[in-house]
Amino acid sequence: MARHTGWTQPVITTQLLYGLAGVALLSLGLRGALAAVSMLRRLLALNLMGSGVFLMLVALAYRGPGMPPDPVPHALVLTGIVVAVSATALALALGRRLAETREGD
Amino acid sequence: MTEAVVWTVALPLGGALVAALAPRHGAQVGVAIGVATLAAAVAVLVQVASGGPLRYAVGGWTPGLGIALHADALAALLLGMANLVALAASVYATAYFTQAAVRERFWSLWLLLWTALNALFLAGDLFNIYVTLELMGLAAVALAALGGQRPAVAAAQRYLVVGMLGSMVYLGGVALVYAAYGTLDLVAVSTRIAPEPAAWTAMALMTVGLLLKAALFPLHFWLPPTHANAPAPVSAALSALVVKAAFYLVLRLWLDLFAPVTTPDSSRLLGVLGAAAVLWGSWQALRAERLKLMAAYSTVAQLGYLFLFFPLFAGLPEGSARAAAFGGAVLLALTHGCAKGALFLAAGVLQRRAGHDRVRDLQGTAQGLPATTFTIALAGVALIGLPPSGAFLGKWQLLTAAIATGQWVWVPVVLAGSLLAAAYVFRVLGHAFGHAPGPGRRVTSVREELPALALALIATLVLGLGAAPLWTLLAASAGSPAFGGAPF
Repeated sequence: MARHTGWTQPVITTQLLYGLAGVALLSLGLRGALAAVSMLRRLLALNLMGSGVFLMLVALAYRGPGMPPDPVPHALVLTGIVVAVSATALALALGRRLAETREGD
Repeated sequence: MTEAVVWTVALPLGGALVAALAPRHGAQVGVAIGVATLAAAVAVLVQVASGGPLRYAVGGWTPGLGIALHADALAALLLGMANLVALAASVYATAYFTQAAVRERFWSLWLLLWTALNALFLAGDLFNIYVTLELMGLAAVALAALGGQRPAVAAAQRYLVVGMLGSMVYLGGVALVYAAYGTLDLVAVSTRIAPEPAAWTAMALMTVGLLLKAALFPLHFWLPPTHANAPAPVSAALSALVVKAAFYLVLRLWLDLFAPVTTPDSSRLLGVLGAAAVLWGSWQALRAERLKLMAAYSTVAQLGYLFLFFPLFAGLPEGSARAAAFGGAVLLALTHGCAKGALFLAAGVLQRRAGHDRVRDLQGTAQGLPATTFTIALAGVALIGLPPSGAFLGKWQLLTAAIATGQWVWVPVVLAGSLLAAAYVFRVLGHAFGHAPGPGRRVTSVREELPALALALIATLVLGLGAAPLWTLLAASAGSPAFGGAPF
């Protein structure tokens, strides 16, 4: 029994550590996204926020040593990454278009 | 025959691929696919009406691993309305785009947006809702920027960033739900959820994320520039359908999933924001100098009415009174979808003919474009909520429920909103009936003017006079297993 708690305790702490780091990144990103003035900064902040959510989900997927991780949060993270990359690319493309029209005026 | 549910998603998705490969034939593909998709949506509605809610596991994969599509009366009704409006806007779009490059890019994105909307209404778990929200958001942003003019691109970029923020916050809530309950299926979560900190936080995060996308006051700031600067068929879809889809998700989550977690105070908060949206949106619509901007602010106000229903649902005990109020909310959403679609399409016709949409300079419109002026008037009847429009019955139920629950405070809000709506509609009509030299033809362009007129007629006459089956349908779907019991 003592051995059991001996190795589950740090596992939970590691998972919690990753989860809390995710929450911290999420909050930092949220603050940045709301406070940023320039679009580029705001996009970076949003991506940081996304990383926070993904880190939370990855930490959630951990089911203990020797156990395979839960696939559902991984699927969510993969989808989320694809979406975040596409959305960032689209936002940058729109930003470039804006910069071009400004030069054209 | 449950395959009709799958076709509503598969047809536009296949069409989007075909339109991307053969952009020159986009218009033919778009309209043909649109007709077929509407037929599939009507089939879903008929099946739900006759046999109750549908559940369909795509490809035979069981939910949890595969994608499950669910259709109950609420989903089927909104699906039917969305497909109707989308088809009308498609017919209009065949005549709208003049630049070949823009026209060729439009159709695949348009069908992708259509796919996302249909899949969203039918999604049965929080993960699929996230995916469809993203698909809808990306397609909508690309469509909003399609014209390429500076204001449209700037508005689209802001729309995208707001959408990303909303999605991330929503996804954070989804992560919490999964952490606490170990599943994302709506039915499974609804049986396990309990009022506790994890559920409260998840509800707050997901609701805020969705409210950003639904443009509820004060999170509406991105809506007017985006909707007012997009190409007309896109504006129609954004205002009538895309924000409505986000509202649908809030309704679905609050009534089905978070029912044990919501408190009277949280519902009241949505109601207060809705009331502020009604007053602020209507006032800004009255002050708007451009017709499309007026229509966009009117959307802010009309969404506000839909959120006024939340404190009423919370205040009414389960039973016929609550069922009547729920039907009123759905009818109001359906009517606004058709009316706002019609209004934006009509504004597009006007803008193309006159070269502008300044409300002050609309004189001669009634002579030059009688059919379009008639469309604006009919859509206006539905926006004000005059009988016999569906909105009249919706607002009637809203007022009845407000009085029945003793929540008198919403009554003056609804009355003031309706008065302001009358003011902004009549302001446009007043200018449109101003005299200008030379009479015009009754209908100048069939493909551009008739889809809008058809939508406006549906909003004012069909949904108003033929609304009774809606309550029967919703009542038949209540307490069924598709979404774990629910609305009543």
